[in-house]
Amino acid sequence: MIPELGHYALILALLVSLVQGILPLVGSHRNNAAWIGLARPSVLALWLLVAFAFGCLTYAFIVNDFSVLYAAQQSNTQLPLVYRIAAVWGGHEGSLLLWLLMLASWMLAVALFSRQLPDAMVARVLGVLGLVGAGFLLFILTTSNPFERLLPAAEEGRSLNPLLQDPGLIFHPPMLYMGYVGFSVAFAFAIAALLSGRLDAAWARWSRPWTTAAWIFLTLGIALGSWWAYYELGWGGWWFWDPVENASFIPWLVGTALIHSLAVTEKRGCFKNWTVLLAIGAFSLSLLGTFLVRSGVLTSVHAFATDPRRGIFILGFLAVVVGGSLTLFAWRAPKTGLGGAFSLVSRETLLLLNNVILVVAAGSVLLGTLYPLIIDALGLGKLSVGAPYFNSVFAPIMAPLLLLIAFGPIARWKQSQPLDMFKRLRPAFVAALLAGAILPWLMGSWSPLVALGLLIATWIVAATALQILERLKAGAMPPRAYWGMHLAHLGIAVFVVGVTMVKGYEAEKDVRMAPGDTVGVGGYTFRLLGVHAVPGPNYSAMIGDVELSQAGKVLKTLHPEKRTYATSAMPMTEAAIDAGLLRDVYVSLGEPLQDGAWSVRVYYKPFVDWIWGGCLLMAFGGLVAISDRRYRIKKLRRGEVK
Amino acid sequence: MKIVTAILMLMLTFGSAIAKEAAPLAEDEAVEARLIGIAEEMRCLVCQNESLAGSHAELAEDLRREIRAQIKQGKSDQDVMDFMVTRYGDFVRYRPPVKPITWLLWFGPFILLVIGIAALVAFLLRRGRNIQETPLSDADHQRAAALLAEDGKQRTANGGEK
Amino acid sequence: MRFLAPLGLFLVLVVFLAIGLKKDPHEIPSPLVGKPAPQFQLPQLTGADGATFTPKDMQGKVWLFNVWASWCSSCREEHAVLVGLAKTNAVPIVGLDYKDQRADGLQWLNRLGNPYTLTAFDADGRVGIDYGVYGVPETYVIDKGGVIRYKLIGPVTTDALEKKILPLVKELQK
Repeated sequence: MIPELGHYALILALLVSLVQGILPLVGSHRNNAAWIGLARPSVLALWLLVAFAFGCLTYAFIVNDFSVLYAAQQSNTQLPLVYRIAAVWGGHEGSLLLWLLMLASWMLAVALFSRQLPDAMVARVLGVLGLVGAGFLLFILTTSNPFERLLPAAEEGRSLNPLLQDPGLIFHPPMLYMGYVGFSVAFAFAIAALLSGRLDAAWARWSRPWTTAAWIFLTLGIALGSWWAYYELGWGGWWFWDPVENASFIPWLVGTALIHSLAVTEKRGCFKNWTVLLAIGAFSLSLLGTFLVRSGVLTSVHAFATDPRRGIFILGFLAVVVGGSLTLFAWRAPKTGLGGAFSLVSRETLLLLNNVILVVAAGSVLLGTLYPLIIDALGLGKLSVGAPYFNSVFAPIMAPLLLLIAFGPIARWKQSQPLDMFKRLRPAFVAALLAGAILPWLMGSWSPLVALGLLIATWIVAATALQILERLKAGAMPPRAYWGMHLAHLGIAVFVVGVTMVKGYEAEKDVRMAPGDTVGVGGYTFRLLGVHAVPGPNYSAMIGDVELSQAGKVLKTLHPEKRTYATSAMPMTEAAIDAGLLRDVYVSLGEPLQDGAWSVRVYYKPFVDWIWGGCLLMAFGGLVAISDRRYRIKKLRRGEVK
Repeated sequence: MKIVTAILMLMLTFGSAIAKEAAPLAEDEAVEARLIGIAEEMRCLVCQNESLAGSHAELAEDLRREIRAQIKQGKSDQDVMDFMVTRYGDFVRYRPPVKPITWLLWFGPFILLVIGIAALVAFLLRRGRNIQETPLSDADHQRAAALLAEDGKQRTANGGEK
Repeated sequence: MRFLAPLGLFLVLVVFLAIGLKKDPHEIPSPLVGKPAPQFQLPQLTGADGATFTPKDMQGKVWLFNVWASWCSSCREEHAVLVGLAKTNAVPIVGLDYKDQRADGLQWLNRLGNPYTLTAFDADGRVGIDYGVYGVPETYVIDKGGVIRYKLIGPVTTDALEKKILPLVKELQK
C-alpha cells in the first residue's frame, strides 16, 4: 500500500510541477497576478508530495519490504538500520528521487527567502525550476520508478555493495546532489532574466547568494567523496580522474567562474551575457554529468546499472533544457546593454582572466573525459584517457590562476596601476621565493615541483595577509564578504600545500609480516602484534593489531581489518588510519600468507589532511561570504527604490 | 677492543631476535617499483576503469606477472609498453599516445588558453573604444552626492562595503 | 550571430553523445587483426599424451580459434552453437582451454560435446596474453597464411555466425 501511495504522490507531483512550470511563466509574461501568485503555493505542494514519496521509499527500506523491487536490489535484512536508510540512494532510481527531493528543497528555499524580490521575477524563477522538476518526474515515472513491485516478494534482499556500507555513503551523495541541483537556481535566475529582459546588476545581486550556496555544497560533496575514497579503498589514493569524478568537478570549475563573474556583473553591471551563459553552463554541465553517469556511454567504477532507454531520455531532456536555454540566450542576449567601462588593467579584467582560465580548465577536463567517446563515435578506434593525461594538462593550466589570486583583491575596480600592485606585493613575492627554496629541505629533499607548489601556496598566503593588513590599516572593519573571499583563497593555498607535500614526500612499503615483525616508513615504526577473527553484523573480519611508534616511543595501536561480507565474494579492506595535522599514517591488511604471516601495506602521507582541510576552508569562506549583511532579507525602507 | 666487539655482536644477535624487520613482499624492490610505474600508466582491461597497478582482477595479476618477468629480463619501459599495445591496442594506455588523432586532445587545451586570453584582450580593447561614458550633469552630481551622503550614514551602521 | 555559437557547440556535442549511446565502451577491438597469428607450442588437452599443437599445424587451412574455459558461463551459451557448426564441417575449430584445470576441461567436453578438431591447453594464460585475450569466450578467424582476419568478442551466436564468421570463412577458403 505504502509504495503505491508513494507512486501516486509522484504522479500528483508531476501534475503540480506542470502547473508550477507553466502558469507562473505565462502569468508573468501577461502580468496575470493570479497565475503569478500560484508559484509559491505550488512549490510547497510539490515539496510535500516529493518528500512524502521519498518517505514512503525510505519506509520500505526500513521495514525490509522486499516486495519493492528497488529495495530488494539495494538492501538486506542484515544491513544495519543506518545503512538501510542510506541504501535508499545507493542505486539509480532512489538516487534520482533524492535528486528530486533536493530540487524541491531548493525551490522551497527560493520561495521562502525571496520576499524582497519582485513577484514576477520569483514566479519566473520558480516556473523554470518547476519545468526542470517536471522533466525529472517524467523521467522517474517512465523509466526509473523506485516503487516498482517484485511479486512474489523476495525473502531476502541482494544487499549493498560492501564498499558502500560506510558513513561516507550517508553524506557524500546528498551533499553532492545539493550542489549539482543548487546550480539549477542560478540557472533559473538566468533564464528568468533572459525571459523578462531584465538582465542587470540587481539580478546579479539576487543570484549571488544562491549560486555561492550551491557552490559550497558541491565543494563539500566533492571533498567528501575524495576523502571517502582515500580511507575506504585501502590504498591511499584520493583522486582518480574517473569520468564520474570529472562529472562533478567540471560544474565545480564553471561554478567557481560563475561566482567570480557574478561579482563583476553585480558591481559594474557588465558582462551580463557572459555571466548568464556561465549560469546556463554550470547547470547544463550538472545535467550532462547525470547523463554520463547513468547512460553507460563511459566506463567508470561509479557508474549505475545502465539501460539504453534511460540514456535516450536523459539525452533528450538535456537537449531540450540546454538547447532551449541556449536558443533563448541567442535570441535575447544581443539586446543587453554593455555596462560600465574599465581599463585593461583592473579588477574586472583579472576576474575575467580567472573566468577564461577556469573555463579552459573545465573544457580540458571535459575534452579528456569525452575524447574516448568522440573517437569511438567517429569510428577511429578505442582510446583511453586516464589520470596521466589529466595530471599533465590540468595542473599547468591552473597554475597561472593560482598566481593571479594575489592580484585580484588588491586590484581596483575600473582601473589599476600594475607597477603599484607589484610594489605592494613585493614582500609576498620574496616570501614565496624563500619558501620554495628553503621549505622543501625541511622535509628532507628538494624538487622543482615541490618548490613550485610551496611557492604558490606561500605567495597566496603572504599576499592575502598583506592585503588584509593594508585594508585594516586603511579604515573600518571590512564586511563578511571580504573575509569570506580571503578565507576561500586561503583554503586554496592549504589545498595546494596538501597536494604538493603528499605527492612530493609520501612513502609506502608493501611487506610480509609475521607477528612480532616491524617495518619502518617515514620515520615511524610499525609492529604487527597479531591478527584475530571478529564477527560483525553482516560480515566476519580479521582484525590486526599494529603498534605504532616513533623514535622508540609507542604512540598507539592501530587496527586494520579485512572483512568478508556475507553477500559478496570479494573481501574488503578497512584501513587503519592515524590522522594528524601534519601527516596521516596508514596501515592496511593484505592477504594471509603462510605460517600466520600477512601481507601488510604501510603508508606515510604527510599533510594529506590539508587537501580536505583546504576544501573545508573554501566552503567555510563561501559560507561567511553569504552571511554578509547585504544578503539579509530587509524590509523595504520608505522611499527606497526596489 | 675485543670486549667491545663481543658486546656489539651480542647486541646484534639479541636485537634481531627481538625486533625482526619485515621482509618486503616483493622479491626485488627496484623491479617492483618499475612495475608499479609502468602499470599505473596502463588500464586494467576487465575492470570498470582501474589501473593495472591497483586492480585485483585475475587478468591484471597475470599481466603484472608478465611485466615483472620482462623487467627482470632487462626490457625497457618502452619495450613493455609496446608489448602490451601490440596485443591490446592503444586502449590499454592511460596516457594517450601523441598521434594526429590525439593532437586535439593534447594541444587543444593549451591552444584554447592562449586563444582565450588573446580574445579577451582584443575584446576588452574594442569594448573600451565602444563604450561612451556620458558625463553627469550638475543636477545629477548633486543628486548623487545627496544619495551617497544618506547611504554613507547607513553604510557605517551596516559595517561598510567591500 | 556569435551568440548562436554556444548552441552550435552544444548540438555537436549532443550528436556525439547520441552516437555514443549505441556504442559499447567495454568492447576492445583487437590490434592483431591483419597480423600473423602469434606462434606458440602448447600441450593438447585431448589426444595422445605429450601431443602438442602449434598454429603452423593449421597452415594452408582456414580455421577458427576459440578461447574457452570450463569456469566460464558464457562459454556454455556458445558451446551448442559450436557443436552445431562442427557437424556441418564448414571450418575446423581449434579450441584453447584458457587458465583451466585439465580434469575440469576434459569433463566439460565429455559432458557438453567436443566441437574441436583438437584443443590446446593454456594453463597459465600466457598464450592468451599473446593473443590479447581479456575475457572468455573469444574467437579468431585465421586464414590459410596464418593471418588473423577477425576477432569476435563474446559468445558465438548463430547471428554472428551467419552474418560475420561464415561469410568471411567462405571468402577466405576460395
